[in-house]
Amino acid sequence: MLKKITTAASVIALCALAACGSGSGGAGNGTGSSGGDAITMGFAQVGAESGWRTANTKSIQEEAKAAGIDLKFSDAQQKQENQIKAIRSYIQQKVKVIAFSPVVETGWDTVLLEAKRANIPVILTDRAIDSDDTSLYKTFLGSDFVEEGRKAGDWMVANATGPTNVVELQGTTGAAPAIDRKKGFEEKIASKPDIKIVASQTGDFTRSGGKQVMEAFLKSQPKIDVVYAHNDDMGLGAIEAIKAAGKVPGKDIKIITVDAVKDGMTALANGEINYIVECNPLLGKQLMELAKKVVKGEDVPARVVTEEGAFNQEQAKAALPTRQY
Amino acid sequence: MKNRLLWPLIALAALLVLNLVVTPSFFALRMQDGHLYGGLVDVLKNGAPTLLIALGMTLVIATRGIDLSVGAVAAIAGAVTCVHIGSSGDAGTAFVGMAIALVLCAVLGLWNGFLVAGLGIQPIIATLVLMTAGRGVAMLVTEGQIITVNNDPYRQVGAGFVVLPISILIALAVLGLVAFTTRKTALGMLIESVGVNPEASRLAGVKSKTIIWTVYVFAAVCAGIAGLMISSNVSAADANNAGLWIEMDAILAVVIGGTSLAGGRYSLTGTLLGALIIQTLTTTVYTIGVAPEVTLVFKAIVVIAVCLVQAPKARAALSFRKVAVS
Repeated sequence: MLKKITTAASVIALCALAACGSGSGGAGNGTGSSGGDAITMGFAQVGAESGWRTANTKSIQEEAKAAGIDLKFSDAQQKQENQIKAIRSYIQQKVKVIAFSPVVETGWDTVLLEAKRANIPVILTDRAIDSDDTSLYKTFLGSDFVEEGRKAGDWMVANATGPTNVVELQGTTGAAPAIDRKKGFEEKIASKPDIKIVASQTGDFTRSGGKQVMEAFLKSQPKIDVVYAHNDDMGLGAIEAIKAAGKVPGKDIKIITVDAVKDGMTALANGEINYIVECNPLLGKQLMELAKKVVKGEDVPARVVTEEGAFNQEQAKAALPTRQY
Repeated sequence: MKNRLLWPLIALAALLVLNLVVTPSFFALRMQDGHLYGGLVDVLKNGAPTLLIALGMTLVIATRGIDLSVGAVAAIAGAVTCVHIGSSGDAGTAFVGMAIALVLCAVLGLWNGFLVAGLGIQPIIATLVLMTAGRGVAMLVTEGQIITVNNDPYRQVGAGFVVLPISILIALAVLGLVAFTTRKTALGMLIESVGVNPEASRLAGVKSKTIIWTVYVFAAVCAGIAGLMISSNVSAADANNAGLWIEMDAILAVVIGGTSLAGGRYSLTGTLLGALIIQTLTTTVYTIGVAPEVTLVFKAIVVIAVCLVQAPKARAALSFRKVAVS
C-alpha cells in the first residue's frame, strides 16, 4: 500500500514537473482576428534568457504594432518541442507568415515542410538552421558573427602600438557565435604579426567563466595587453579579475567585447572597456519590412544582415541614456 | 583511513607539480592591496563553492542518498539575494537579502527531505524535481535577466579578502563545524548507520527519518551559501548559468575523496581533497592552455586516472607488477 502511495506521489510530482516545463510554453494564441487585409504573423521566440533576448522580443512586438501587423507571439522557453508546437498551431490558424529564432540548428525539416505545404512563408531570425533544403524558408535575418569578429579585429589593428599580446575569452565551445567571432578577429589581425593571441580559453559566455579564466591568464601570462571577449558578460568578469590583480581595466589592459548590452555599455562609458562591437537585437523593423514583401510574393535575398555598429567610449556615453537593453 | 586519503593527496600533488613545471610562476604568492594574490589563492577562492556543496553532499551520500538539486538551489539563493538588494549599496539590505535566501534554501531542503524521508521517493528522482523546477524558480525570480548589483558588503562574500579569500574561510569554517558536530558527537555514527541499513537503524532506535531530513536541509543551506558566493563573486545573479552542473562536481569530489555512493562510511577530509582536485584541474586547464575543444577529454582522463588508482582491483594489479619486477 505504502509503495503504491509513493509511486503515485512520484508520478504526480513528475507530472507537475513536466507541466512546469511546458505549461506556458505552448502557442500564445493572440486575440486579434485574421480577417481583413492585415497581415497575421506567427512568431516563435527562443525564450527570455538574457537582456539581449528581451530587447529582441520587445523590438519585434513594437515594430509589428507600428507596421500594422497582427502578431501572434509565443515563448518556447528554450525548448525545441515548444517551438514546433507553436509553429504547428500557427499553421492551423492559417497565419500569413511565420517567423522564428530556432532554439537549435537541426530537426526542423518536418514542421517547415508542413508550413510549405500550407503555403505559409517562413522567415528565420537571429539564428540559422542546418538543413539541405533551402526552400523551406524564404530568408534568414540575423547578425553576421564573422563580421563582428572582423570589426573587433579592425579596431585592434588600428589601435595597436608595438608588440601586443592578446588573450581571448571564447564563447561556449562549438557555438556559432564563438567560432565565427574568433575567425573574423584572427582574419584581421593576421595582417599585423606584432599582434599575437597568447592564450585562448572558453568562458562559456558567462561572467563567472570570464572571471575565472582571466584570473588564470593573469598568473600564467607574463604580459597581457588586450582582452578580446566574445560577449560583454565575459568581459565584465574579466574586469573584476583585472581589478583584483591591482591593474586598471581599460588602461593597463585594454578590453574589446561583442554585444553592447546595457551593463557592457555602462562599463564602456566608465572607461573600463575600450571597444564594443554591437550585436543588434532590434531587428523588428527589418523583420516587418521583409514580412510584408514575402507576403506580397516579392523576391527577398536569402540572407539579410541586421544593421549593427560599434561603440568606443565617447560614443557609449552618448548612446547610453537612450539604450533600450 | 590514512591509506584511503593517500591517493587523492598524490593526485592533487601531481596536478600542482604539473602546473609548476609548465608555469613556474604558478606558486608565486605576493601581497596585493592587503591580500594574498596568486594561482593557489585562486584555486582556494574558486573551489570554495564546490567544497561547500560537496560537504553537504557527503552527508547526504552517507545516508545512501543523493541531492541533484544543489545547483538549482544555489541559483535561487543568488537570484533572491540580488533581486532583494536591487540598486541598494548598504550592508543591511545585503544581510537581509542573504538571510531570506538562506531561509528559503532551508525550506527547499525540507521539501527534498519530505520527498525522500516522508514519502520514501528514491533520492535521485526526488531531488531531480527541484533540480529542474528550481532553475525555473530562479528564472522567475530574476525574470530571466542577469541581475547586476553594486553592493560592496555583498561583494565580500565571494570576492572579498581577509588576507585569504573570505569564501574559503567560510567554507573551512563550515567544514570545521561539520567535523566537530559529526565526529565529536554520535551524529556521524548515526548518519553512517542510517546509510548502512536504514531499517535496522530504525529498529535499533535511531530516528532515521529525522536524520535524513536534517542532511537534506543541511545540503540545501550549504548550496545556498555556495550560491551566494558564486553570485557575489561577479556581483550578479545569472539564473541560467549560476551553479550549472555543480552537483556533478560535488558528487565527483565526494567520490574522489573516497566516500562510497552506497552510503555508510564517509570522509570529510577526503571531500576537501576531492573539491581541491577538481578546482585545481579546472585552473590547470586554463593555466597550461589546454585547447577548449579537448578540455573535457583532458578532465575525463585525469578523473579516470584518479578513480583507477583508488580502485582496489587496479591497485592490486599495480602492486602485483611491482612485486614481480623486484
